[in-house]
Amino acid sequence: MIEATDVGVSIGSKRIVEGVAFRALPGQVTAIVGPNGSGKTTFLKALAGDLPYSGRLTFEGREVARMRPNEAAGVRAVLPQSTQLAFPFTVREIVRLGLMGGRSGVLAGEAERLPERALAKVDLAGFGGRLYQELSGGEQQRVQLARVLCQVWAPVLEGRPRYLFLDEPVSSLDIKHQLVIMDIARDYARRGGGVVAILHDLNLTAMYADHIAVMHRGRVAAAGEPRDVLSDGLIEEVFDCRLRVGALPASGMPFVLPQSVAL
Amino acid sequence: MSMSSAAAAAVNPSVPAAGDRSQRAQIVLVLLCIALVVTAAFGASSGASDASALAVLKDWLLPGTGADAVLSERDRIIIYDIRLPRVAMGIMVGAALAVSGAVMQGLFRNPLADPGIVGVSAGASLGAVSVIVLGTTVLAPVTALLGIYALPLAAFVGSLAVTLILYKVATRRGQTSIATMLLAGIALGAMATALTGLLIFVADDRQLRDLTFWSLGSLAGATWTKVFAAGSMVVVALATTPFFARGLNALALGEASAAHLGVPVQRLKHGAILVVSAATGASVAVSGGIAFVGIIVPHLLRLLIGPDNRYLLPCATLLGACLLLLADALSRTIVAPAELPIGIITAAAGGPFFLWILLRKRGVLDL
Repeated sequence: MIEATDVGVSIGSKRIVEGVAFRALPGQVTAIVGPNGSGKTTFLKALAGDLPYSGRLTFEGREVARMRPNEAAGVRAVLPQSTQLAFPFTVREIVRLGLMGGRSGVLAGEAERLPERALAKVDLAGFGGRLYQELSGGEQQRVQLARVLCQVWAPVLEGRPRYLFLDEPVSSLDIKHQLVIMDIARDYARRGGGVVAILHDLNLTAMYADHIAVMHRGRVAAAGEPRDVLSDGLIEEVFDCRLRVGALPASGMPFVLPQSVAL
Repeated sequence: MSMSSAAAAAVNPSVPAAGDRSQRAQIVLVLLCIALVVTAAFGASSGASDASALAVLKDWLLPGTGADAVLSERDRIIIYDIRLPRVAMGIMVGAALAVSGAVMQGLFRNPLADPGIVGVSAGASLGAVSVIVLGTTVLAPVTALLGIYALPLAAFVGSLAVTLILYKVATRRGQTSIATMLLAGIALGAMATALTGLLIFVADDRQLRDLTFWSLGSLAGATWTKVFAAGSMVVVALATTPFFARGLNALALGEASAAHLGVPVQRLKHGAILVVSAATGASVAVSGGIAFVGIIVPHLLRLLIGPDNRYLLPCATLLGACLLLLADALSRTIVAPAELPIGIITAAAGGPFFLWILLRKRGVLDL
């Protein structure tokens, strides 16, 4: 379990996150939503050990600030928003970096083939020999997810759940691949791991998240199950936008929801 | 589709997966080992004198046998005390320049970072010139204490100072600004060069002669003493590189992602800065300004085997040594019996090469 109590994060002299209480359980997809600049990424960075924080932030009972990089790498993997490379690595070479800690949780003989399995999972089978720099932004994002999956391939290792931290994992993807990636996240949680994802699409959030934390001006404005949290009032307050949850558009106006995907 | 190719590869593990260039890199590594032996032998056997390296080798392996038993003392001196230290120095300097370029590029995550371009070599020169000019006066206690190590250590301190300042200036919150790095490098290089100029201004005639030839870059005047003094620093620096090759690979993703993969990023950066400074300092101390080896060698190798530092660093060690030996052979023969400073040759070849990289990757600078 990940638990934050009264967490504050500053960048420079500016207070970005203040008094945050947060909880993410293994077996669940936990979504962090909120408008731009509400502190979502900053909070996730504190959770990933990138930024110092005040308050208590524990990962399976361990204070995040006291975890060494090597220890943390065995229990969680982090997908950044985007990654630019200056050197001509192949896709396989990038995905293989996920294996460097040696704690994927597969048999020793299988590790060498794990990059291919991870690439197939993110719908990039056969891309191993391509140069990363020559891929589109959405493809690069999925390559990085394949790398992240290699790092903590088994959702549970030695009886302990492991976590995926995903910062806008579907922001540059087409609708098909948004569903592919979110299915991977849900599957990871169903098999006992934990997922913490920053999402912007409220429909995908409603469809996939077991638990939502809504951030607003550096604080958690609301948290709970999607059906309890997503209300007209909250959306107007947090996003400054008058929308109605569950309202159909005027007849004749086409709309496409991810929820309508054929199973 | 990939499942079937993965299955095929599982049946035959000698077939590398698509995008796995490690097998190719291993072949290149072996070929470069052979190339180094050949170029070193070539370097030891070619020169103005007709002394035969083969005869010396025979004498060394089978002392006192055969027709070559009576090896002239002159040949022995030419091979043992002139050519071999020069070859050893060429290997050492070439390896140090190429590896410090490769490590610096990994550290700054940019293929244009090179100790010569961003002022690190200028810092090393300042350290070395300080010892040459002030070694008998102000710095006399230092030279007395450190002996033959004074020159390479002073150059190391100079390059370390520049590298540290450069990293502090160009890196904010784990992001390195390439424009800032290059511009700060120009500024730091200019400052170091100004101080060096001041020292040259106060130097006497004898020191000036030493300085002029040294600053053009040359392997001439190589002695075993110089080789051991600077070589020990280079060997220590190169011996540590295998320990952070994987870390540098992860660093290509950015500092945060490298840390998320379990890399102790601060320790890695400090180690890389020390290695770059030691290797650059040692090579500048013994050979002056030999430019562009640190840019050309890693870039060529990335085209050939990819940027994986586990192979790039050892291959750069070997190719850097080979190229410098060849450049040295060229410098000795192109205007024979006179000798051209090797720095002129590497700069004449490296300048256009650098421009070529810039033209190919115009986006890299994002100024």
